[in-house]
Formats: sequence, structure tokens, C-alpha cells
Amino acid sequence: MWSFSRASISWTNPGFRAFVYQAISLVLVVTLFWFFISTAHENLQRLHIATGFGFLENTAGFGIIQTLVPYSEESSYGQAFLVGLLNTLVVAGVGIFFATVLGFIIGIARLSSNWLIAKLAMVYIEVLRNIPLLLQLFFWYFAILRPLPKPIDSITPLPGVYLNNRGIVLPQPVMDGSAGAFFLVLFLALCFAYGLHRWALKRRLATGHTFPALPVGAAVVVILPLLVWLIGGAPLHLEFAEHGRFDLTGGMRLLPEFIALTLGLALYTAAFIAEIVRAGILSVSKGQTEAAYALGLKPGQTLRFVVIPQSMRLIIPPLTSQLLNLTKNSSLAVAIGYPDLVAVFSGTVLNQTGQAIEVISITMAVYLVLSLITSFLMNIYNARAALRER
Amino acid sequence: MNNRYIALIVGVFLGAIVTYLLVPNAPPPAPVDQAAETAPAETLRDAAGLTLKAVKERGYLQCGVTQGLPGFSNPDDKGNWKGMDVDYCRAVAAAIFGDDTKVKYRPLSAKDRFTALQSGEIDILSRITTWTMSRDTSLGFNFAGIIYYDGQGFMVRKSSGITSAMQLDGATICTQTGTTTELNLADFFRTMGMKYDVLAYEKNDEVSAAYDQGRCDAYTTDASGLYAERLKLKNPADHIILPEIISKEPLGPLVRQGDPQWEDIARWTLNVLINAEELGVTQANVEQMKSSDNPEIKRMLGSEGAYGDGIGLGKEWAAQAIAATGNYGEIFERNIGVNTPLGITRGLNALWKNGGLQYAPPIR
Repeated sequence: MWSFSRASISWTNPGFRAFVYQAISLVLVVTLFWFFISTAHENLQRLHIATGFGFLENTAGFGIIQTLVPYSEESSYGQAFLVGLLNTLVVAGVGIFFATVLGFIIGIARLSSNWLIAKLAMVYIEVLRNIPLLLQLFFWYFAILRPLPKPIDSITPLPGVYLNNRGIVLPQPVMDGSAGAFFLVLFLALCFAYGLHRWALKRRLATGHTFPALPVGAAVVVILPLLVWLIGGAPLHLEFAEHGRFDLTGGMRLLPEFIALTLGLALYTAAFIAEIVRAGILSVSKGQTEAAYALGLKPGQTLRFVVIPQSMRLIIPPLTSQLLNLTKNSSLAVAIGYPDLVAVFSGTVLNQTGQAIEVISITMAVYLVLSLITSFLMNIYNARAALRER
Repeated sequence: MNNRYIALIVGVFLGAIVTYLLVPNAPPPAPVDQAAETAPAETLRDAAGLTLKAVKERGYLQCGVTQGLPGFSNPDDKGNWKGMDVDYCRAVAAAIFGDDTKVKYRPLSAKDRFTALQSGEIDILSRITTWTMSRDTSLGFNFAGIIYYDGQGFMVRKSSGITSAMQLDGATICTQTGTTTELNLADFFRTMGMKYDVLAYEKNDEVSAAYDQGRCDAYTTDASGLYAERLKLKNPADHIILPEIISKEPLGPLVRQGDPQWEDIARWTLNVLINAEELGVTQANVEQMKSSDNPEIKRMLGSEGAYGDGIGLGKEWAAQAIAATGNYGEIFERNIGVNTPLGITRGLNALWKNGGLQYAPPIR
């Protein structure tokens, strides 16, 4: 996009000067990178260190405690990379969900007119925000989850739910036979409920008549699949964990490392999000609230329909950077033994292959891409929430 | 306007300087096959002797050790490093400088040790490291020999009633990340068709703590390491080490590939310690032994021939090393032998003539 014409190639033309400056910078940057790469390549060759990405196809030969995709000791380093990546994504995803929900609740509570609630929210924010995350992780992992009883003496708050120093074990739902039909009906019911909601909204805006879309939709979503489930002969049952030789076997298990990491990340980030939400809400002029009250809206409705939509414009950009922080902070997993990308890939795989440059480059690229994707999605949402001038 | 001209000129000038400084250093990207034929031979010759020169100029040896493993490398209550791997470093320093205190120890985790050696942060890695083919070939290292013949074992709580590794089906096992241990464990359970969960931590102390607090059912590492770690547990007597040894773990010091002279110094210092035990040369009698009638001892201690010249060290190099640490047998007994808390018998690590595997090529 160089907007200067041939006739104006002269130093007095700002466009041309800018072009020259930028061309020089580009040449410098490219030269610098070429220098780094060629030096590294030469040194690696001199030291007889293997290079290239061929190692990704070699057999990994080590075990990983939490795998979301099929993985065994015979799988490749590439597959181990995938396992680590998914473990990171799971922690980041679950963490982002809870941090956002909790952050909004606490941010709103901080502004509550109830003295006790407001002060409790303030204490939460000040304590959690000012203690380093690593220490919080250690607290959850070493002080709370580690001292839980051994599997044999598990705490059972509900039948089939076990809490011990190996984590939380839940009953595993097992499907057989006609379970497919059940999920199909559930999906269709959800689609119907959503359509009903849209239709009711449209009608209300056009005519002012209300329709109880929520109860009707909920009834459809619950009753229809239940009916199909009963007709199909209850094809979904729960499989309970049993005491094995060392530990409980069967059931679904959440590792203490996973719980500690998710909990630590969510609670820590929620404190920051709460402050962002509070700032966003305070930015909406008091006149808006008063106007809403004058129109007869209840406080809850005022918050939901008037204040929050306007404050979102201010909340989204800093919220995005908190979500990015959460994703990147998940690499602290290595401190408590959770097998995330950094622990599995730039830990064990790096050590076994010795290919530090390749492994670290891939890991950095992954975090970069994750951050860019999060930014991209949040920017789309931000564009929708932005002020539209009519 | 003038300012802009000046900025432009300065910018171009600086750019030219930086480009000039950088470009000549970067070699033209030669075709790969040609580089493979010529480059290694040349660089090998260039690199020979550089490490020794650098160490001498610096005035001390940089030695990578563990973050604390009793008997092998562990700081005592005064902060002095003690142990078998440490004694080896002291012997190398003594062979070079005639002074075994000219060593700086760098504690490294299992995960960080190789990058530290590759990048030149340390000169020698003497850190209970298993000699494997991939480490020797694709990581760019050379092993100087075997200082301790080890094998991987398991430790369990006595109260679990387990007496054999075959009963570990379904167990959760703690280990340190970035070790051959992780791989042997996988191999063992795969071969036996048993299931297991592995929990890998970065530091030894974290592994011990997790095992001690019952996060896992068994602790696996090299058998020598198990004996050492057991001492650190709350109640050492409550734990037993299972009889099965599931792997070969020849532990030894290693150096970067590409400097044959430095590799020779590392290798022959270890050989000297083993030969000294075989020939009966000890820390106490090394001075008298210089006038021994035995030609083998005379060659080793420098009273006959000048074998130290071949590796760039003086005639006295071997005598200095032995005077600093004693021979292999003395190092073993002092750090991990039966009269130490570890109480390990010589076993495979006895001299070949006593039925063990320790055998060093002769100095001649």
C-alpha cells in the first residue's frame, strides 16, 4: 500500500521516506534472522546434534497419565504432542469457562448494595489477586488435595462418588444399543427449544405478546428424550467404580493435578475478571440506570438489559487478555506434575530427543496460535458488542 | 526537514554497519551433501583442545551434578558437594590443575542436564546418567566410561504386602521426568502385559514427597537412587525395595562430541581411578608408589614415560587425581559402600578380578 507516484520519488515526499525506512528495517530483520538460523544450523552440525522434524514420527515409548486421545507407549512423539496439547486445551477451556462465570458473579457482587456481599467479594479479589499463582497452585495441590485419604478410605459424599488422594472418581455413563436414538432426539429437542425461543422473541418485539418459551422448551428437552430412553429400554446406565488392588478401578476420574490446576487458574483469573467487570459496569452512566427504573424495570432487568450490554464494550478487550493469560499460565502445570504440553513435549520429549530448538519452536508456535485464535474469536464478539451508530 | 535527513542518513549508516558485521560471519548456505563431507573433519580438528584451553583460562572446571542425591552428589551441612559423581569431578580437576577444589558444581534436573551440556554451560556432566545409544549418537555426546553399573528397581510400602514387581498390575507409579526410567517402566509393563499409571515430576524431591504421601503406590528409579531416596523418607524402615531389576543402567560421565582431547581426559581419568585400585595405588601410598618397581604403576604415575602429554596434561596428572580422591574402590566405599548409610555392596561394580565388571584398559 505504498501511496506515492513515480513522479514523487524524492526525500521531500513522506510516503517515499516511509517506504525507504521500512525497506531498510525489513532487510535488517531478515538478515538478523538468517544470521541466527544459519549460525544455529552450523553449530548444531558441528556438535553432531540431530536436526529436523523427523523425530515426530519416532516411537515415544513413555506413558502419560491422562490421555484424551488413544495413546500408548508405542505411539509416536507426534501423538504425544497431541496428547499434551489436548491436556493443555482442556485445562484452558474449563478454566476459561469457570473464570468467566465466577468473575462476572463476583464483579457484580462487588457492587451489590448488600454490605456483606460487597465486602466478601472485595476480600476475595484482594486476596486471590495478590498472591502469586504458583503459590496458589501449590496450596491447592499440596495443602488441600494431597492430604485427602488413601483410596481405601475414600470419602463418599454421594453413592458412586469417591474423593481421595488420587482424585475424584465418578460413575461412568455407559451406552449400549439404541443410545444413538436418544442423543438424536436430545439434539432435535435442543434445536426445537432454540427455535421456539427465537420465535417468541420476534413475536414479543413485534406484538408485545409474551410466550412462556423457557418452561415449554425445558419441558420438551427433558420429556421427549426421557420417553425415547424409556421406550428404548434404558440403554444408558452408570458404571460404578470398584475397589481394586491398589486403587479404585472403572468409573471416570479427575486427577488431583488437573483439579488443582483448573481450580487455581480459574479462581486466580476470576479475581482479575471481577475487577474488569466492575470497571465496565461503573463506566455506564448512572442516568441509564435511573432511566431504566423510571421505565419500571426491576433491578435485575436493569442490569441484564441496560447496564451489562453497554458495559460489555469496555469489558471485552481486557477480558480477552485475561483469558490469554489463563491459557499461558496453564504451563505452570509442570510444577505439580500435570501432563500438559510443556511437561510432556518440551519436558520429556525434548529430553529424549535432545532437539531443543525444534521442540521449543513448536511449543512457542502452539501458544502463539492459541492466543491468536482466542483474540480472533473475542474480536468477532467485540465487533458485535461495539457501539452501532444508527 | 533537516532533522529528517539526518535521521535517514544515520539510519542507513547504522544499518550498513550492522549488516557488514553480521553478514561475513554467516557462511553461505552450502549444499547439504557437500557440507556433510567437509565440515565435520575440519571442525573436529578446530575444536580439539579448545575445551581444555577454555577450562585452563577460566581457572576452574564446570561440572553438572544432581540437585541432591545422597552418595552420588549432595551438598553436606557446610555446603560442600560430596559423593561419587562429585569425586570424579574432583579427580578431573586435580588431573588438570593439581588442585581438586577448582571445580564449580552446577545442580541440574534430569530434564535440563543435556541442554546444559550441549550449550556449553558445563564442561562435564557427572550426574548418574545412563549410557544409551541415542544419547551417544543423536544428542551429540560421548560417554567417558561407566562409573557405576546400575539397574532400575521399585520401592513400595511394606504395608502394601507386595513382594515382587509382578504384583504391580494397576498401580500408580511415581518417577522423575526426562529419564530412561520413564521408558524402561513402559517397556516392563508392556512386556508383562500389565497396566499402570505413571506420574512424572520434574524434581527428585517432588517424586519422593508424592510417594511418601501416598499419591502413588510405587517409586521407580535406579536401584542406587532408591537406596539413597529411601533415607530421605519419613520412615525409611516402612519401605522395601523389590528384588526385580528391570533394566541395564550403566551410569557414567559424559562430554560434548567434537573435542577428542577433552573426551580422552574424561575417559582416562576414570580409567586411572579403576587401574589404581587394581594396582593397589591408594590416596595414602601414591607418593611411595612413584618409586615402585612395577612398570605399570611407574607408567601410570609418570615416573616412566610421559603419557599425560598425549592429552595435554603434565606427567603427574594421574598421581594428582589419585592423591585428591583415592582410587575407585576408595571413592566407592567412602560414598556409597557398606559402611555408609546407603550400605551398597560392590556387586557388579567390583573389579573384574573379583567377579565384578569394572575393568579399565591399561596405561601404556
